[in-house]
Amino acid sequence: MSARRLAKDQPDSFVLSAASKKEIAVWIKKYPKGRQASALIPGLWIVQKQAGGWLPAPALEAIAAHLDMPYIRVYEVATFYTMFNLAPVGEHHVQLCGTTPCWLRGAGDLKKVCESKIGPKGSVSADGKFSWIEVECLGACANAPMIQISNADGDGYYEDLTTENLEVLLDDLAAGRKVKPGPQNARHTSEPETGATTLNTKGFYNKVKKKKLPNTSKTKAGAK
Amino acid sequence: MTDLRKVNIDGAELEVPGDYTLMQACEQAGAEIPRFCYHERLSVAGNCRMCLVEWVGAPKPQASCALQIKDLRPNRDGSCANILTNSPTVKKAREGVMEFLLINHPLDCPICDQGGECDLQDQAMGYGRVGSRFDMNKRAVDDKYMGPLVATVMTRCIQCTRCVRFITEVAGVSEIGLASRGEDAEITTYLEKSLTSEMSGNIIDLCPVGALTSKPYAFNARPWELEPTESIDVMDAVGSNIRIDSRGGRVLRIVPVINDDINEEWISDKTRFVWDGLGRQRLDRPYVRKNGQLVPVSWDEALAVVAGKLGGDPESIAAIAGDLACTESMKALNDLMDGLGVKSIDCRQDGAPLGETVVGGGRQEYLMNTTIAGIEQADALLIVGSNVRHEAPLVNARIRKTWIHKDLEIGMVGVPYDLTYDYGHLGETAAELETLLKSTKGFARKLKSAKNPMILIGQGALARKDGAKILRLCGKVADKFGMVREGWNGWNVLHTAAARVAGLDMGFVPGKGGRDLAGILAGAKDGSVKTIYNLGADEIAEDLFGEAFVIYQGSHGDRGAHRADVILPGAAYTEKDALWVNTEGRVQMGFAAVPPKGDAKTDWKIIRALSELCKRTLPYDDIEALRKKLFADHPTFAGLNYAPGANMGAEGAADFAPAKLGAAGKPLKAPLKSGVGDFYFTNPVARASRVMAQCSQECGGNASLSEVRT
Repeated sequence: MSARRLAKDQPDSFVLSAASKKEIAVWIKKYPKGRQASALIPGLWIVQKQAGGWLPAPALEAIAAHLDMPYIRVYEVATFYTMFNLAPVGEHHVQLCGTTPCWLRGAGDLKKVCESKIGPKGSVSADGKFSWIEVECLGACANAPMIQISNADGDGYYEDLTTENLEVLLDDLAAGRKVKPGPQNARHTSEPETGATTLNTKGFYNKVKKKKLPNTSKTKAGAK
Repeated sequence: MTDLRKVNIDGAELEVPGDYTLMQACEQAGAEIPRFCYHERLSVAGNCRMCLVEWVGAPKPQASCALQIKDLRPNRDGSCANILTNSPTVKKAREGVMEFLLINHPLDCPICDQGGECDLQDQAMGYGRVGSRFDMNKRAVDDKYMGPLVATVMTRCIQCTRCVRFITEVAGVSEIGLASRGEDAEITTYLEKSLTSEMSGNIIDLCPVGALTSKPYAFNARPWELEPTESIDVMDAVGSNIRIDSRGGRVLRIVPVINDDINEEWISDKTRFVWDGLGRQRLDRPYVRKNGQLVPVSWDEALAVVAGKLGGDPESIAAIAGDLACTESMKALNDLMDGLGVKSIDCRQDGAPLGETVVGGGRQEYLMNTTIAGIEQADALLIVGSNVRHEAPLVNARIRKTWIHKDLEIGMVGVPYDLTYDYGHLGETAAELETLLKSTKGFARKLKSAKNPMILIGQGALARKDGAKILRLCGKVADKFGMVREGWNGWNVLHTAAARVAGLDMGFVPGKGGRDLAGILAGAKDGSVKTIYNLGADEIAEDLFGEAFVIYQGSHGDRGAHRADVILPGAAYTEKDALWVNTEGRVQMGFAAVPPKGDAKTDWKIIRALSELCKRTLPYDDIEALRKKLFADHPTFAGLNYAPGANMGAEGAADFAPAKLGAAGKPLKAPLKSGVGDFYFTNPVARASRVMAQCSQECGGNASLSEVRT
């Protein structure tokens, strides 16, 4: 990794949208008055989404002004966390996990797929649809190897990948088809591939269900 | 009272306050603790790990700067905690920390400006091990641009973050930060913009390595070649204590000297970097104007011409003393004018009506009575017509310090400037003072309920036509809100000229029937004032002197010299032993670091020589005799380093009636503006400095630095 810097080419301006402001307001409200700067990290997330997946300098300045902070404090946070992209990314930003479990399960081969389909690591594809980077553990080791794809729909985990189904996945995204996050093989969540082997007694939870939990609200219970 | 705790340091038990850090306690016990990130005037960061000590029983060595005594647990048998500062564990820990620091530190000491005064160098000698086990490539970091004053070699940075904390906490501009992380962490300004602080030079002193060094001083000298002279700064009326480092008759740099009553450990950028102005635009020989041209002449000729002119009618002669005139030269000129019977003398080249209506307290009228350190005792402050940040950066730093650490309520009447702290803006005109007098709500209420309220009046509010009326209004405000009483004097006039208080103290103001500055200039216009002796007054526009014959005595070829008919070259503040009185009324002694340039002479000696030609020989032949006479005539000058209001002494406050100062009447509608336009160009030395010009340009001159808040 090398020092993180802001991109060379920057847009002239950035205006916080009303929707972003509304979202940020939720976070500001969580902190005492005068501590609005605490909402910076969620704020940067929201701004990154609005700006198309990365943080241009005017966006950093906009959030700094919105939270009444010096620019340098925002710059420090934005350069500290690698999840904040400081340069433009593709429409679908692929974050490929290269940490040990994924690597043992074949992340190295997935890298080759990304390199051939998208381009060298850190680059944006010619059509602007894709970009990819390697990241550290995303905490889905049970379904290794996996990638996270960030796009306008959100950030989805795509798990249990092979070179084949990753190619299919990328082709589907390129063609604009809908894709399903989660395991890309037949697996349900992180159950064994052959189906669940424990806790599968039918009616096991029925008794538990009847028991009213102390924090269950009355109306909810009544509705059911 | 204080919560005293016992602690055993290196086998000796001692009792220290519970809120001491372990480092403070160790120092009290006489143990030396090495450190890089810790600085006693900044917040504790605890990230360099150099100050590790052993707490017997604790699993790991402890960072002594970040651990408080009250957090130490006693031993199992109930005896107090044992701290070792010199054990094998500590030695190993420090060697380890040092080895890590040096892994990525370039060994470029021979080409580093910090060499010889480098904390890392010194501590590597004291606490490091021999050699390194690291045989891979070292990290390299891009240098950052931080403006015309601070040079950066970021590869040398050890990320102590002292600069970040200073700029954020003391300077109050939040412009430096630690970007990126881990091995890539780097100190930078936002998008490498230039620093806009007027105190940014202090990060050069704070930097424990050679990452931040002085740009103007780069590669000029090694510290052991320099001759240090402790002296007093004259760029503003604060009287910062400085050390002038010179070599071969040239001032090479200026650094601060610690004085907790005045500048703590900091100085402003103007104080620090003005020295290149001492070698430019200098007057190094006498000149006389012949046929409209200034021609170099001998001292004898120049003095003879001046003596001839001073022989005229005393009514047609006047003397003005400027902002950088030393006490001794003003005293000599004052005595000479007395001898000649000249009454039109004035040391207030901005025309502020101070030192005239001495009611009750005498010099309290024009002093900063609360004193700079006394600001920390105040709980409400009203600023009137002053951009404190540019008029006296260190007073501003003290206000900011108090504002951060204590509940200081600040109000401001005048044009709103960015002062690095929040204040309630009451309005721009002097009429707001009248409103405040009648009001019982808002800031008036805060003033009323405050225990130690103070008022700070800038020269911008006084140096105008209605100055006396504004002075009276301020006096009424001070009176109404109980700012002056036995044991507390909250009446403060903030001066901007280093010479002003000394001038007022010795009565360098018009005698009975004499003209003040406005009168002198009016007389010059209509021809009734024929000769003006100008002792370094450079802030008066050239055409205001009319047809008068102007004798200019000063160090730099500035406005005053351009208009002069005779130039008598004097010494700059670094070239003469002199007394200076700061805005608190504190008399301090400055010393000559280098000799005057060329044929220039020490100022008081010029006047002494002149007095002989005028047949009014002054009764002193050396500076000691002059000072003896000065002390006899004006005893306040004899109290060296003493401020009358220090330590809440508020000397004579009970007899001081501020409400009677100035003159009654309605003030004008014009907004109260600071007297300082461009911070970097306030005096002839600064105007001659190339570095100051760069700073002014970089900060957009007046516009951005004294940016008006909206």
